[in-house]
Amino acid sequence: MKVIKIDKNQWTQGVDAARKSYQLFGPVKIKENYCFAPLQGTQQPDMNVVDTVLSPKSAVFPQTEKLLSATLDASKPAHHLMKRADTDYSPRAVIGIRPFDARAIDLVKLNFDTKEYRDPYWCDAHDATTFVGLAVNTPSQFDFSTSMGSGPFDEKGLDVLLVDTDSAYLAKVITEKGQAFMACAGFDQEATPDDVQKIEALKKTAEQAITTKVDTDNLKEKSLLDLHQAPFWDDVAFSCINCGTCTFVCPTCWCFDIQDETKGNDTIRFRNWDSCMSPLFTLHGSGHNPRGEKTQRVRQRFMHKLKYFLDKYDQGTMCVGCGRCVKSCPVNIDIREVCNLMNAYEPQK
Amino acid sequence: MESYTEQIRTLAVDLLKSGKVDVVIGYRKGSVPMATVPFMARTPEQAKQLTWDSHCTLNLANYLTNRQEKIGIIAKGCDSRNIVNHIVENKINRDQLHIIGVPCKGMVNPKELQALLDDKIVSYSESGSTLTIASSQAEIKIEREDHLRDNCSLCTHRNPVIYDDLVGEVVTEPVLDDPFKDVNAIEAMDTDTKWNYFDDLLDGCIRCYACRNACPLCYCPTCFVDESDPQWVGKGQNETDIKTFHFLRAFHCAGRCTDCGACEAACPMDIHVRAFTRKLIKDSKELFGWEAGLDISKRPPLDTFAPDDPNDFIK
Repeated sequence: MKVIKIDKNQWTQGVDAARKSYQLFGPVKIKENYCFAPLQGTQQPDMNVVDTVLSPKSAVFPQTEKLLSATLDASKPAHHLMKRADTDYSPRAVIGIRPFDARAIDLVKLNFDTKEYRDPYWCDAHDATTFVGLAVNTPSQFDFSTSMGSGPFDEKGLDVLLVDTDSAYLAKVITEKGQAFMACAGFDQEATPDDVQKIEALKKTAEQAITTKVDTDNLKEKSLLDLHQAPFWDDVAFSCINCGTCTFVCPTCWCFDIQDETKGNDTIRFRNWDSCMSPLFTLHGSGHNPRGEKTQRVRQRFMHKLKYFLDKYDQGTMCVGCGRCVKSCPVNIDIREVCNLMNAYEPQK
Repeated sequence: MESYTEQIRTLAVDLLKSGKVDVVIGYRKGSVPMATVPFMARTPEQAKQLTWDSHCTLNLANYLTNRQEKIGIIAKGCDSRNIVNHIVENKINRDQLHIIGVPCKGMVNPKELQALLDDKIVSYSESGSTLTIASSQAEIKIEREDHLRDNCSLCTHRNPVIYDDLVGEVVTEPVLDDPFKDVNAIEAMDTDTKWNYFDDLLDGCIRCYACRNACPLCYCPTCFVDESDPQWVGKGQNETDIKTFHFLRAFHCAGRCTDCGACEAACPMDIHVRAFTRKLIKDSKELFGWEAGLDISKRPPLDTFAPDDPNDFIK
């Protein structure tokens, strides 16, 4: 694998060069918090951000996304017929995405791009995107990615992995997409073997800095029904206020709701992030709600992340250990504790 | 506030042992420094997990809505006022409750504490009015009073207004020179400035509804934003729809909001939603001489009618 050395003095220039061919997304400060957002004008990504409140999933899965549109004007051709929205899928790049977030996008792909169905909106956006990751040298106290099949230097889902060595970025070029981005940015100085060794040392230090260990080894063999009927769900759910914070900040929560809106003769169909924490999420037209109780909804979220997904795809849990939900939950419901509870659960015979 | 913890545990254990209540609702310690978790103890053993510190920022009245058991509940000033609201609005019976009142010394703003250190806070403790926070690099001691949440620094009802047991001694209620300085500043803005202020205020809202769900007043079986037939509000990230949610939610809280700050404590995006409810608190006071949640025998001004109303238009 090719490793390129980028002197930090050259970084801004390279980002500006890439901007000519890519729509760039990166971590930026919005009021008091950092989020991933499209970079405006000459705006630079803030590469020193430890953690963003929201994950970069919106780069391929916007919170509100136009899918279809139609005109209701009967004098126009093809009126009342929905056609695909005119979305821009020209190349885009997410700069500074953290390895666990790229891993998350890889997991989400299992859902949006299957043998039976291909979600054209998500997949086209994903195909258009180059993920230029930034390794996590100093993991936050909420980071437990090493327990969840990822890690601070994980390369899965990335096209380039940047490693910050103070004066320079060392860029591991992982895919052809990554190669094309680096060429476009004008980064072409090959790193020396000494530089490459630095990456390994930083990686080791970062992995050791993550002290939270979450156990997932038994989840696969546990009976789904046993876990579903486990007695701890009421206690786990008691404090939950059923807001959507955990699902919205989560890099792997992919559920959405579809809405139609009409103004005059213009009608659009769009989707919004939805949340399994909301009772409305599962309310049937008949009035019946299979997850009408809070405990059922809280259980659903953890079972989906840590059991159903694992059983269905056999690609690990659908939690990458970013720790955002632990940090943002208003009532401190901690997925690490819930995962350990599930992993250790033995039904009373 | 450490001593509060011991007293709360003793009272809760006794209540559960004697069978006076079925459960006690309070807080337990969270999994990360400075976090507390609303918690329901069902047994005397579980009641030993109850705790009290300067981070009990949510409002426990939120956990009472329509419950059927006999409940012991820990209540600081604002929780007690929302319990009064709940009783007045028939969301819980007074007879069902055994209220363990806690004279409050104010809750602190965890983000402000975090900003005092370069690295993440890894440990936290408090002793009397002194709080100790530490990162892996440094440890500092600070005074609670200097880092109160905005709503706590404006609070004049720190003592519970209704209780069956009181933990500790009543505290002196602060007297504020200008309690609505913040609201006055917004009122003084010209129309454009005011509009821009609210635009900027709501920038970043992700409509997770944490503010609504943390609010003890927001117990409607179906919130107006969740209605689908008719659908009152669009559900996307449209600015007008976001504003509609916040404006209408605030108006639903008029004459009922106790400024407990649970909305802002819950917001993941640090949106100052109290800017709306504070104005309504001021109006309630000026127009009706009303402060929410002080008396279980009085209904809030916007859901009552008096034949001797001074305004002609209503007669």
